[in-house]
Order: sequence, then C-alpha cells, then structure tokens
Amino acid sequence: MELINALVALTNYVIIPATAYGAQLALGALGVTLIYSILRFSNFAHGDTMAFGTAVVILITWGLQAMGISFGPLPTALIALPFGIAVTALMMLGTDRVVYRYYRRIRAQPVVLVMVSVGVMFVMNALTRFLIGVDQINFADGERFIISARTWNQMTGMREPLTLRTTQAITVVTAAITVVALFWFLNRTRTGKSMRAFSDNEDLALLSGIDPDRVVKVTWVLTAALATIAGTLYGLDKSFKAFTYFQIVLPIFASAIVGGIGNPVGAIVGGFIISFSEVGLTYAWKKVAGYLVPAWEPDGLVQLLSTDYKFAVSFVILILVLIFRPTGIFRGKVV
Amino acid sequence: MSPTRQPGDTSPLRAPLFFAILALLILLEGLTTGWNSALGILNMGLISAIMALGINLQWGTAGLFNAGAMGFLALGGLAPVLISMPPTPGAFAAGGMGILTAFVVATIALVLSVVTWRRMPKGRARGLAVTGILLVGFFVYRALFDPAVTAIEAINPSAAGNLGGLGLPTLISWPVGALLAAGAAWLVGKTALGLRSDYLAIATLGIAEIIVAVLKNEQWLDRGVLNVNGIPRPWPVPYEIDLQARPGFAEKAQAWGLDPTLASTLLVKLAFLALFIVVILLLIWASEMALKSPWGRMMHAIRDNEISAAAMGKNITRRHLQVFVLGSAVIGLAGAMMISLDGQMTPSSYNPLRYTFLILVMVVVGGSGSNWGSVLGGVLIWYLWVKAGDWGPEIMQVVMGPVPEGDFKTHMINSAAHMRMLLMGILLLLVLRFSPRGLLPEK
Repeated sequence: MELINALVALTNYVIIPATAYGAQLALGALGVTLIYSILRFSNFAHGDTMAFGTAVVILITWGLQAMGISFGPLPTALIALPFGIAVTALMMLGTDRVVYRYYRRIRAQPVVLVMVSVGVMFVMNALTRFLIGVDQINFADGERFIISARTWNQMTGMREPLTLRTTQAITVVTAAITVVALFWFLNRTRTGKSMRAFSDNEDLALLSGIDPDRVVKVTWVLTAALATIAGTLYGLDKSFKAFTYFQIVLPIFASAIVGGIGNPVGAIVGGFIISFSEVGLTYAWKKVAGYLVPAWEPDGLVQLLSTDYKFAVSFVILILVLIFRPTGIFRGKVV
Repeated sequence: MSPTRQPGDTSPLRAPLFFAILALLILLEGLTTGWNSALGILNMGLISAIMALGINLQWGTAGLFNAGAMGFLALGGLAPVLISMPPTPGAFAAGGMGILTAFVVATIALVLSVVTWRRMPKGRARGLAVTGILLVGFFVYRALFDPAVTAIEAINPSAAGNLGGLGLPTLISWPVGALLAAGAAWLVGKTALGLRSDYLAIATLGIAEIIVAVLKNEQWLDRGVLNVNGIPRPWPVPYEIDLQARPGFAEKAQAWGLDPTLASTLLVKLAFLALFIVVILLLIWASEMALKSPWGRMMHAIRDNEISAAAMGKNITRRHLQVFVLGSAVIGLAGAMMISLDGQMTPSSYNPLRYTFLILVMVVVGGSGSNWGSVLGGVLIWYLWVKAGDWGPEIMQVVMGPVPEGDFKTHMINSAAHMRMLLMGILLLLVLRFSPRGLLPEK
C-alpha cells in the first residue's frame, strides 16, 4: 500500500507534469533543430516566435469567445490554433523574405546569422508586447480536470491525491499527433525527402534539382507551426507571459543539443531528458521518501535543488554533453 | 565580423563628427530636460560603453558570440558588495567557516572525480566511481552548507542576514569584479570553445541565467531580492550631504546661479564622469596597444581566416579562450562600476534584453572591431533607449490624436513604451544589412 501511495505521489508530482513539459520542450526543440539543419544557424528568436504565435492564438481565442463559439469541454484555443499557425507562418515567410534571404545569398557565416536572429528577436518581442502586453494571461477554458483529486478519491478510495488536468492530456495528445505528422511528412512525402536531402548535403541536393527556396519556405512554415503549437500548449498548461517564453529558449536549446542538434528524434528525446531532470531534481521528495522508508523522518524537504535553479539543470546537462559527447546522444550534425 | 569587410576608406572626420553630434544631443538634453538627467544618461552610457568594449573584444576582434553579458556584469557587481561593504558583525563566526568548508569539500569532490575519470580505465566501474564521489560530495556539501546558511541568515535579517564585505575601499572592488567575471568566463570558455561557434552563445546564455538566479536566491551572499543598499562610493566621489555641509559651498553654488542641492548632485555626477572617462581611456589605450602588437595581428589573422592561422601553427581555441576571458573581465569591471554608481545591488533588475542584447546592438551599430565605435555606440544607443521610452508615448499621443477615446486608443498609448525594443531590433537589422561595418568602421 505504501509503495502504491509512493507511486501515485510520484506520478502526480513528477511523471505527469514532466511528461507534459517534456512534450512542450520537444516541440520547441524540433523547431530549433529544423532551422538548424536546413538554414544552419541557432535561431535565438525561436522563443519569441513561440510567444508571437501564442499571442495571436490568444487574440483569436478571445474573438471566438466573444462570438460565443466554444469547443465544449476542450479549450477554445484549439480552434484558434490553425489560424494562429497561418498568421505566424506568414510572419516567418515575411521575415525570411525581408531579413534572412540576403544572408543566405551572400553565404554569411552561421555566427552572423545568429546575430541577425537577435535583431529578429527584438522585433518579435516588441510585436508580441505590442499585441498583448507583458502581463500574465490565462486563456485555458473548458473542462479543467479529467481526473480531479475528488474523483480520484471516489474512484480508488486512496488518500494520496492524483490529478490529471485537461491541458496536460491535450498537450501530450497534440504533441504526439504533431510529431507523427511531422515524421510522416519528412519521411514519406517528396518535399519532406528533399528537405532531408538538403539537410544532409546541400550541394548534392542542389545538383539533383531540388529548389532551395522551396525547401526554405517549407521549413519556415513547419517551424511556425511547431513554435505556435508548442507555445500554445505551454501557455494552456501554465500561463502566457512574454518574458517566460523568452527564457524558455535555454531549455529548448539544451534539449536540441543533448539529443543531437539537427536530428528530429534527438530533439524529442532531449526534450524529455531535460524535463524529467528539471522536475526530478527540483521536486521535494519528502512525501515519496516518507512512504518508502516509513521509519525515516527527514527534517528538510529532501529537495536536491531549489526550483529557482531549474535553469541550472538544463545548463549542467548541456555542459556535460558538450564535454563528453558534443554531437549529442543521437549523433547530430557537424561539431 | 562581416564577410564584406574591406580596408578602411572612410573620412578621418567621421569620428569627430559623430562624437560632436553625440555631444550636441547630450547638450540638448541638458538644456531641455535638465543637467541632472543629461549627466545621468552620460554616466550610464559610459558604463554601457565599457560593456560594449568588452563585447567588442570578443565579437569584433575574435568573432565570438557572447550571449551572456548580463551574467558577467552581475557577477562583477557582486564585488563591491563583498569587498567594500562593512562585514556583518558575527556573521563570519556564525557560518563563514561552514560555508568555506562546504566549498572546499565541493572542490575536493570535483577534483577527485576529474582525477578518477582520467586515471581509471574506461568502463562501468569508472562511471560508478565518479557518480559515487559526486553524490557523496554533494550530500556532505549540503550537510555543511545548509546549517551555515541558516545561521548567517538569522543574524539581523531585516537589515543584514548576509556575510557582508571586507570593508575595503570601493576602487579595489573594480578589478576584483573583473577577476570574478574572468573566472566564470574561463569555466564556460573551457567547455564551449573549440566546438561549433554558436555553442558558446548558448552556453553563455545559460551561465548568465544561473548567475542571476544565484544572486537572487543566495541571501547569505548578497541578501538576494532584499537588495544591498548603501554601497560606499569610490574614492574621489563625495557625498551630497558632505558637500552641502562644507563651509562656503552654498555661497559658491549661488554665485553660479545654482541651488545648493542641485549643485551637489551635479558635482557628484561630474566626479563619477571623470572617473569613468579615465577608466575608458585606459581601456582603449590598453586594447589599442594590444591590437597593434604581434598578438593583435595574430588575433586579426585568426578572425579573418581561422584555417590559415591554424596552418601557421596558432592554437585557435587557446587564443579564443584568452580573448573571451579578457572581454568578460572588462564586462565584470563595468558591472562593479555600475553597482558603485547606483550605490545598491538589486539582482532582480538584471534583464537579458537590456544587459546582454542591447550591448550587442551597441557594438554592431558602433562598428564591430572598433573601440571608439563601441564607445560611440554605447552612449548613443543608451541615449536612444532612454529617450525612446519617453518619446514613444508622446508620438503615439499625436498619432492617435484623431482616434476617438476607447480601449484601442489606451492600448496603443500604453504599448508605445515597447516601441524601443522595435527600434533597437530594426536598427540592428538595418546596420547588419546595409552597413555591416557600423558607424565608425574598424581601420
């Protein structure tokens, strides 16, 4: 019984939140990794792209709510999502046309492109703040819980609570659908194959008649979709705040690099490694320890690291990977 | 760092002209808003210029992208707290030794695990041994560290609750700030340099967040978000109250047609200004000398073509590490100077947009690789950043004039303050695209 209680507590406080967070990180890291493998630079503006996409989704959600449209038990934001993706994709295509295309043409070094992405980051950041402000926004509506602490208690009669929020389930389901669709696209369609060819060997891809402009355009649209989905899921699960999205680039980059930057499978695995380490190391293990070793009465919270240091977790994992395996777990692109 | 770098062909009058325009802007600010505000912008602009000089050493001279200036700045800012604040009575006796022992234990565990990793043969036993050493080390460290911290934070928590400093003169804390930042930079550079160029950017982004998180949360060190106030001023800078109490000061001020209170604040700001100008001139002199030397020519050779420099037998990773540490030290120096100017340490005020990315804008706009360009960019961009915050809402009021009152109008006017982000982003993109060598190109 004590063991089951420990398992329930672990599921409730570590496994469920970390899975949802990991799915969000994985989607973000997929966007970073796509840009990296096709356009060959680390996109510092990715967090702000996520924020921009989410801001558009929130605005459309408010519009739908004002019109009285809702999605039943599911959040209205899911209806708004496709429109948000479309707007963000247009934004990305426009940015590429106005900003990035020139640097591809002059074959600028990757580090110059990183600097350019900082400029884009400033602009996107300003646009997001302009659209929606800097305050914290909760935009999740519909049913709050799939399993609330009370239904869990009625179902099982256990005193250790377990809750599953709708947003957490939606996050995992949506992320799974997105990833399956992305992999189907990359592996089965002609455009997807040409993207992979372009990523593996640009010159050879050009020789075999692949249109680079088309590949780049598709990449931006995919990135916009991934960023908007990741941002909306994160915002539904926690809440929307422009600055949080700016900070989330660090765990996202860490996920992409840990998995092996440029490798989509790596990005997903990296996302879950980062999220489980972050949640696991900052979780106060007192309750679980109390169930497992009843004789032991720990005086502290048995928390390895205060939650304020969650960024340190991604950073340390990043540094360890850079020291011991710079190509990441799944051999990513050139070091 | 631009592929279109060409030999300098700009007019020799370019630099004096731009600096004259800058002086005119500051003069206008003094005449319209007041000299207090003008000198305030100038002082903070000069500190930003020192940060820009540090970033310029890394980006302009070596092409290294440091996305963590905020962290090195914050770490440098810790130095005035630890060096020039008076010690908290009883704090060291209560937990100082405990914290020091905890750090010694942590260092021993780290060194031991590195040695074990190197000495033992590859295999599962090695992994287990290193993990074991680190785990035991971590728990012993926490066992020593936690009670010491509790003891220190219990001492007079409303006013102190931290270790306090050494009570040494503030000027000493400036080079110490540089040393602290250099140490952190060495650790980051050692791991991230020599890999892909953008890994350094991501690693520095991370260390900056961590340093600021440490400063926000470790109360025993710097009181965390409770802030440290009353950090002593550096040597020649007087205090307003002492000035006003000085016999004859009020008469002299009146002779200049100034209110004595205003005169004293202006004099304090001028003293800071003089000090900052001395530091900037020293830094520029040192870096110009270094860049003219064989070392500087080597750095330029590495930047312009790493492969051929490597073929000439230059150790590129080591030179990059060197210049990265030097540049970060300059940023740390600026951090210590900024805290002495403000007289307080407020860890929650460190914001990456302001202290990391705005500095990059300063360097690029001023001219990558050009020291005077960094100074110009530092003051000019800071001026624009401050003024854009004022102008944005005013311009928006005018633009929105004909629009009827309502939610839309208030939203637009309230959002106008964010216009400065947009301005900086567009400025950076325009300079990178159309004038990648900046306002004052490198010679």
